[in-house]
Amino acid sequence: MTRIGVITFPGSLDDRDAQRAVRIAGATPVALWHGDHDLQGVDAVILPGGFAYGDYLRAGAIASFAPIMSEVIDAANKGVPVLGICNGFQMLAEARLVPGAHTRNAHQQFIRRDQKMRVENSDTAWTNEFAAGAEIIIPMKNADGRYVADAETIARVEGNGQVVFRYLDVNPNGSINEIAGVSNERGNVVGLMPHPEHATEAGFGPDMPEAMASGTDGIAFFTSAIRALQAV
Amino acid sequence: MDRHALNSGAFTVVSNSPSVVTVDSVSNAAATPEREQPWAALGLKEDEYAKIREILGRRPTSGELAMYSVMWSEHCSYKSSKIYLRQFGQKVSEKMKKNLMVGMGENAGVVDVGNGWAVTFKIESHNHPSYIEPFQGAATGVGGIVRDIISMGARPVAVMDALRFGRIDDPDTARVVHGVVSGISFYGNCLGLPNIGGETYFDSVYQANPLVNALAVGVLRHEDLHLANARGVGNKVVLFGARTGGDGIGGASILASDSFSAGGPTKRPAVQVGDPFAEKVLIECCLELFQQELVEGIQDLGAAGISCATSELASNGDGGMFIELERVLLRDPTLTAEEILMSESQERMMAIVTPEKLEGFLAATAKWDVETSVLGEVTDTGRLIINWHGEEIVNVEPRTVAVDGPVYERPVAYPAWIDALQADSASKLSRPTSGDELREQALRLLGSANLADKSWITNQYDTYVLGNTALSFPDDGGMVRVDEESGLGFAVATDANGRFCQLDPYAGAQLALAEAFRNVAVTGATPVAVSDCLNFGSPENPEVMWQFSQAIAGISDGCLAMEIPVTGGNVSFYNQTGDVPIHPTPVIAVLGVIDDVAKRIPAGWQDEGDNIYLLGTTGLELDGSAWAGVIHDHLGGRPPVVDLDAELQLAALIAAGSDQSLIGSAHDLADGGLVQALAEATLRFGVGARIWITEIMQRDGVDAATALFSESTGRVIVSVPREDDVKFQGLCEGRGYPVLRIGVTDAGGALEIQDQFTVELDELRRVHRSTLSDAFGPVIGQ
Repeated sequence: MTRIGVITFPGSLDDRDAQRAVRIAGATPVALWHGDHDLQGVDAVILPGGFAYGDYLRAGAIASFAPIMSEVIDAANKGVPVLGICNGFQMLAEARLVPGAHTRNAHQQFIRRDQKMRVENSDTAWTNEFAAGAEIIIPMKNADGRYVADAETIARVEGNGQVVFRYLDVNPNGSINEIAGVSNERGNVVGLMPHPEHATEAGFGPDMPEAMASGTDGIAFFTSAIRALQAV
Repeated sequence: MDRHALNSGAFTVVSNSPSVVTVDSVSNAAATPEREQPWAALGLKEDEYAKIREILGRRPTSGELAMYSVMWSEHCSYKSSKIYLRQFGQKVSEKMKKNLMVGMGENAGVVDVGNGWAVTFKIESHNHPSYIEPFQGAATGVGGIVRDIISMGARPVAVMDALRFGRIDDPDTARVVHGVVSGISFYGNCLGLPNIGGETYFDSVYQANPLVNALAVGVLRHEDLHLANARGVGNKVVLFGARTGGDGIGGASILASDSFSAGGPTKRPAVQVGDPFAEKVLIECCLELFQQELVEGIQDLGAAGISCATSELASNGDGGMFIELERVLLRDPTLTAEEILMSESQERMMAIVTPEKLEGFLAATAKWDVETSVLGEVTDTGRLIINWHGEEIVNVEPRTVAVDGPVYERPVAYPAWIDALQADSASKLSRPTSGDELREQALRLLGSANLADKSWITNQYDTYVLGNTALSFPDDGGMVRVDEESGLGFAVATDANGRFCQLDPYAGAQLALAEAFRNVAVTGATPVAVSDCLNFGSPENPEVMWQFSQAIAGISDGCLAMEIPVTGGNVSFYNQTGDVPIHPTPVIAVLGVIDDVAKRIPAGWQDEGDNIYLLGTTGLELDGSAWAGVIHDHLGGRPPVVDLDAELQLAALIAAGSDQSLIGSAHDLADGGLVQALAEATLRFGVGARIWITEIMQRDGVDAATALFSESTGRVIVSVPREDDVKFQGLCEGRGYPVLRIGVTDAGGALEIQDQFTVELDELRRVHRSTLSDAFGPVIGQ
C-alpha cells in the first residue's frame, strides 16, 4: 500500500487531519518528526497546516530549515510527490521548492471560509484525478495567505502552467491573479492555501448545495498522489 | 499601580542586582514585627492582614504577604461567593452524581459520556484584562482555560466564547471588539482548537466593563484522568513551559478583584502576555507526559502563578513542599522573589514527578523543546517552605494560603429600585398591528446589534481543525465528535440574558439555564452537565450581593429540577466602573452527549417542501425582550415564566425525533421571538418559507405582534420532511406537548408571513449581515 508521510513540526495543527485524509483515500499515513533526518522510506510527503515554530520571523521561514527539510528537498528534487497545505505551502515557498511567497492577508485578518476554486492544472502529482478546469469547494483558514511574486515570476508561473488552483468568486486574501496554489516545474511538488484534508469526510467538510458539511472534493488530492505513484 | 511602584513603594525590597538582594527572610520578619507592610496596596483589607499575622504568629515576610494577597483575593479565594456556591454541592440528586467523575473544586469537572470516554469542560472569565488590553486579555483567557483542561489529563478539542461589549455605536467599542476578537482568533487558531460557538451581545451596561468568558472542552479516556496534587515524599516539583516574566503581577488581586475607577491607574502591567506557540507545544508535551505515565499530577499556572500552584498542590497532597525559588527560569533576571511568586506569566505548568521518572520526564520536555527546572520536592513537614538563595522567605501551612482563606457573609439588600422596575411592564408599550409596521419592526430587530449576523467575528475563527466539528455557529450549539469509530460526540452551548437577570436574577438565571439546555437539545444531544461563569458587580454593594444570591439559588434549584450537575466554573465580581454595576450576567454553559453525531440537527431548513412546526405556546411576554429594547428602548417588568418541566419534556421530544431521524432542523426561540427564529432558519441555508400565524393567535389568544415578538420559553421551531409527518405528529400527541403546524419551506426565495408581510431572501440577508460589517469592517465574500 502507498505510504504517505505527514511531518509534524512544533506548532503543526492539521497533521492528524492530514493523516486521516490519507487513510480515507486508501493509503497508509506515516507520522514523521521535524527533528529527524529520516523520511522512513515513504512514497510521498505532506507538510501540514499550522503555525510551525510559532510562525516567528515569517510564516514557514524557520520550518523550512528544520532538520527533516533537507531530506524533503532531496526527495522533492528526485520527483517524490510533496504537498504543502497552508503553512506547508508557506514552507515550500520559503524552501524555494515552489515559486513565490506569502504575506499578511490584504484585509489584515485571519479568514476561515468554504472557498470555491478551479483546478487549473490537472497534470500534477496531486491533481491528476481532477477533470481539467474542475470547480471545487475546499475550506481555507489562514492569516498569511496572500500569494505574491514579482511580475516576471508570475508571468513564468502562469506560462508554465504552474498555477494549479485559482480562487473563484472571491479572492479571499488579495493573492495576485487569484492564485490559490502552485507547483514546481516538474509538477511533483504542489502547495496551496486551502485545506483539502478538511474536505474528505462527509459530515465534517464544507457546506455544499446538496447538503450541509458534505463536501469531499479534497479526496482527489490524495488519490491523485496514489495514482501518480502507481504510474511510476 | 505600575510595576515600579510595586517594587519601590509596596515592597521594602529594593535592589538593582539579583546577586545582592536584600531579603526579607522569616527570621528577619520575626525580628522586625513593627515594620510597615504594604498590605493595602496589594489589595488586602486591614482585618485580613491582622489575620495573616495571627496565623503566622509574626508579621509575614514580603514573600508571604505577596502569596496571601493574591491567594486571598476575591478572584482566587471566592471569599464573598463561597457561602452561596455550596448550594451547588448540596442540591444534588443521585442521578446528578451518576455520570460525574470529577465535580466542583478541581481544575475542571469531568463527565462520563460512555464507551470509556469522558469529557471535561469549564468556562471562565477574563473580563478586566480584556478591557485594559483587549488583544492580550482575550488571548490569555483562552490560554488559561485550555491549561485547566490539560491538567485533568484531557486533550483540549474545542473552545467557545461568550462576549459582551458596550453599545455597538460607541467609539470605544470597536477598539475592544477588534482586540478581543483578534486575540481569541490569534490564540485559539494557533492552538489548533476549533471555535464552535458562543454568543456576542452589545449593551451600554458593558461599556466600561466588557465580559470575555472563555470555555474549553477536552476529551479523555477514563483511565487517563489525573488530579493535581503533591503526594509522595521526595517526589520532585518541576516547573516547565515558558519562562517567568514580569507580566500579570497582581492580575488576580489588584486587577480582577477590584472595580475600575475613572481617572485611576491603568493597571496595564497586571495583564498577562500570551504566546500560543508555547502553549501548543506545552499541550503536546503534557499529553505525552501523561501517556508515558511520567507524572503524578500536573497543575496549571494561572491566577496567582507560583503562589497558587505550590500552595494548592501541597494542600491537595501530603501537605509539605520545599522550593528553591532561585531555580525558576526567568525572562527578566531583575525580578524580585515577590514578583516571581506573583507573576502570572502564561504557558507554564507545575508537575509532581517521582525521582525514578525524572530522567524520562526531562527527555520528554527536551523533545518538545520545553524548558524545565526542578524547583524542589514534596515533604512531610506540613509546611510550604520557599527559599531564595539560601534564605527562608516563606514558611506557611499551605492550607492557610490556598484553602482556609477568609469567608465573608457580605451584607445583602433587596434593591430599592427593583419593585418600580418590575412594575413597568412592556405590555403597555404600543404594539404594531398592520403588516407594514410588523415588517418594519421585524427587520429592525433582525438588523439590531444583538440579533444581527456575527460572521464578521466567527469568520476569524477556525472551525475545521481536528476534523471532528459536526456543528458550529450559526447553529444553536457546537457539536464535536469524540470517537471516530462510533460517532459518539458532545454538544455545548452558552447562554445568558442580562436584561432578564436585571429584572429578576432568580428567574433570569433559570432562563439562561433553560435556554442553554434547549440549545443543546435542539442539536439532538442530551444535556448532562453545567458549567457557569457568574459575572456581577461589586460584592461590597449589598444590592449586587442580593442579585448574586438570587442567581445562585436560581441556578442550583434549576439544575436540581433538571437533574444536571454544575461541574465547575468561576465567579467574576467587581464588573463595574465607578458605582454602576453591570446587569447580573450568569453565563450558563450546558454540555450534552449524542451517541452518534451523524444524527445532528442543524438550526435551519435545508430542503423545500418540509412542514414547519412550532412546539410550545406563546403568551404576552415582552418584558425584557429584544423587541422592547430595540423598538422602545425599554427595560422593565418581569421576565418570561420559567417552566423547567416543560423544557425537559421538549428536550425529550426532540431527542426522540432525532433518534428516529424525523427532524430536518430545529431552532430554539429566544431573543427576538418567533420572527427572529424564522428569519435565522431561512438564512441558515437560504431556503425560504411560507408561514401562517393565525392559529397561534387563536389558540393562545395573542395578537400578531405578540405571536411574532414574544419571548415565551419552551418553544422550538422544527422542520419535518413530508414523509415523516404522520410519525412526527404522533410523537407530539403521544407526549402531549403543544404543537402547531405553522408553515412550509419553499423555493420562493422569501420569508412570507401570510396576511402580514413578505421579505425577499436578499433583503433579509442584507439587513442581517450589514450591522457588524458597518461597525467593524467588511466581511470577506459578502
